[in-house]
Amino acid sequence: MSKVCNMREAIAELVSDGSSVALGLQMEQMIPFAAGHEIIRQKKRGLRLIGPISDILFDQMIGAGCMEQVIAAWVGNVMMGSAYNFRRAVEQDGMKVFNMTNFTIALALQAGAMGVPFLPTNTALGSDVTRGNEFFAEIDSPFAGEQKPSGDGRPWSNPRGARQTEPITEKLLTVRALNPDVTIVHVQRADREGNAHCWGSFGVMLEGVRAAKRVIVVAEEIVEPEVIASDPNRTVVPGFLVNAVVECRYGAHPSPVQGYYKRDDAFFRQYHEQTKTKNDSDAWLERWVYGVADRAAYVNQLGACRCEGLAVKQHAYAAQTDFGY
Amino acid sequence: MKTCTENVETPSPSSREGSFSDHVGTAALGCPVERSSTVASSPTYTMGELMVATAAREIRDGEIVFVGMRLPLIAFVVAKKMHAPNAVGLFENGVIRATPASELIYTMADPPNILGATQCLDMLGVMGLLQSGRVHLGFLGAAEVDRFGNLNSTEVRGPKGITRLPGSGGACDIASLAHRFVVLLEHSKQRLPERVSFRTSPGNGDGAGWRKRVGLPRGGPVAVITTKAVLRFDEDGEAYLASIHPGVDIEDVLENTGWKLRAAEAIEQTPEPSAEELQAIREYDKEGFWTR
Repeated sequence: MSKVCNMREAIAELVSDGSSVALGLQMEQMIPFAAGHEIIRQKKRGLRLIGPISDILFDQMIGAGCMEQVIAAWVGNVMMGSAYNFRRAVEQDGMKVFNMTNFTIALALQAGAMGVPFLPTNTALGSDVTRGNEFFAEIDSPFAGEQKPSGDGRPWSNPRGARQTEPITEKLLTVRALNPDVTIVHVQRADREGNAHCWGSFGVMLEGVRAAKRVIVVAEEIVEPEVIASDPNRTVVPGFLVNAVVECRYGAHPSPVQGYYKRDDAFFRQYHEQTKTKNDSDAWLERWVYGVADRAAYVNQLGACRCEGLAVKQHAYAAQTDFGY
Repeated sequence: MKTCTENVETPSPSSREGSFSDHVGTAALGCPVERSSTVASSPTYTMGELMVATAAREIRDGEIVFVGMRLPLIAFVVAKKMHAPNAVGLFENGVIRATPASELIYTMADPPNILGATQCLDMLGVMGLLQSGRVHLGFLGAAEVDRFGNLNSTEVRGPKGITRLPGSGGACDIASLAHRFVVLLEHSKQRLPERVSFRTSPGNGDGAGWRKRVGLPRGGPVAVITTKAVLRFDEDGEAYLASIHPGVDIEDVLENTGWKLRAAEAIEQTPEPSAEELQAIREYDKEGFWTR
């Protein structure tokens, strides 16, 4: 069954006011900017934004007033530092932020993906990140005192030696499961049912998709199912989890899509320069989001020259893989 | 499509600002140190280059290293070339590399960091390796580092209220779980308070034994490389002045540290970067985006 629709339909149907939305799960690559911009254009409100690091997309959605809460490890402009809308929202408007770490947001989504209420970890014990944060609770390990293998700090000195052991610690931090209402991922190619291939930076995409109640796949290209089935190890999303498939060329700009276009570093820098005040940020959103009807219009505004500059200059194909038997 | 009316700008060193909050930005991802000026006493290298060479020497051959971005990324390049050809780099997005990316990158997910990698899988995979004790060394930046090596990259409380910073990213995980970690940051009273206002990433807490008490399995800070000096840590968990960068005097270091900094019995001078190290740095950071 084809689930192909356009971005406007996908966002209108699947992202309702007040829902939790996981975005930017592949870290600084393949961030679904086109989907985020459509959420802004449709003036969605009261969203809970979930992600490890969404580079400047979180900042844009916060600046547009879509957010009520942010559950994230890091919010800013990766290349330049702070992002101003996020700062204004927290410092002046008191926006609620659940501070996470990259590992614990991965664990929260993994717990959600596995259908368990929490997962234990050794990270973040003694950190203020967990204080008064409903996603964390400390427990005593039921298996304290037993030994587990560990690195000895110097495997190179004894490459054939067995790993040393260390005791299993008594205290554990548990991370509460997260099940986003909607997870949006950007990939290189998908078929009409949403079976999707991705290569490059995965981040927390796999668990973010499995944990979600609904999934939107945005693809640079829609391909025949045979293309996907020819390389099942590259399939990151099985179609039965997917609710909508949107074909959207340049849908991740200014973040990169391996094999399609590189990162538009200048765009991130310009965003930093152009959003220092609320007025500047509003003007930026007017120009790049409200003022363009869809991604095609955005790409048109970007210009052919800029797109050509981002195109792949030297292809680098992987070795052929034989699935025969 | 319209034609090239818009000037496609490329990042240039002069475009970056020096404000506090901008540069604590990628605390989780690496070092947020300001673009540094040429060292006063020596016109042959910059402070960024000295810090990179110093950080590179923290990497031992064969080690598994959480690399991070900015200066530590270049330190990994230098170490691989100079003395640690068998070091392996891990990145939080799931990338494992035996060789540095072939060109300068601004984020760990830039396409050159994927091309030629040993493995590109998920974050849980590399974080799992970190948690199970397979990672020897991690590099971190921060807005603040305190007397016991605790890091803040979440929020700073000042007289004008809260300055919100981007947050932990993976910094807390690396500080919690790597066998040892090294911090790079600007040396100032503001950045080196006696106590961080928010402990994003655990160092030695309030002293020896703290990490074990709170349940952390291992690890802790081993060095803080600043724009003036290198601090290391005593057995009681407190930082001490180990070496001073060329051209910096001790009063300058002590006056710009937010607590009464102890000093090693014999304070050394931080070794200058060698010609080979400088060549490796400049071949990689050609425009000097991070190091000049």
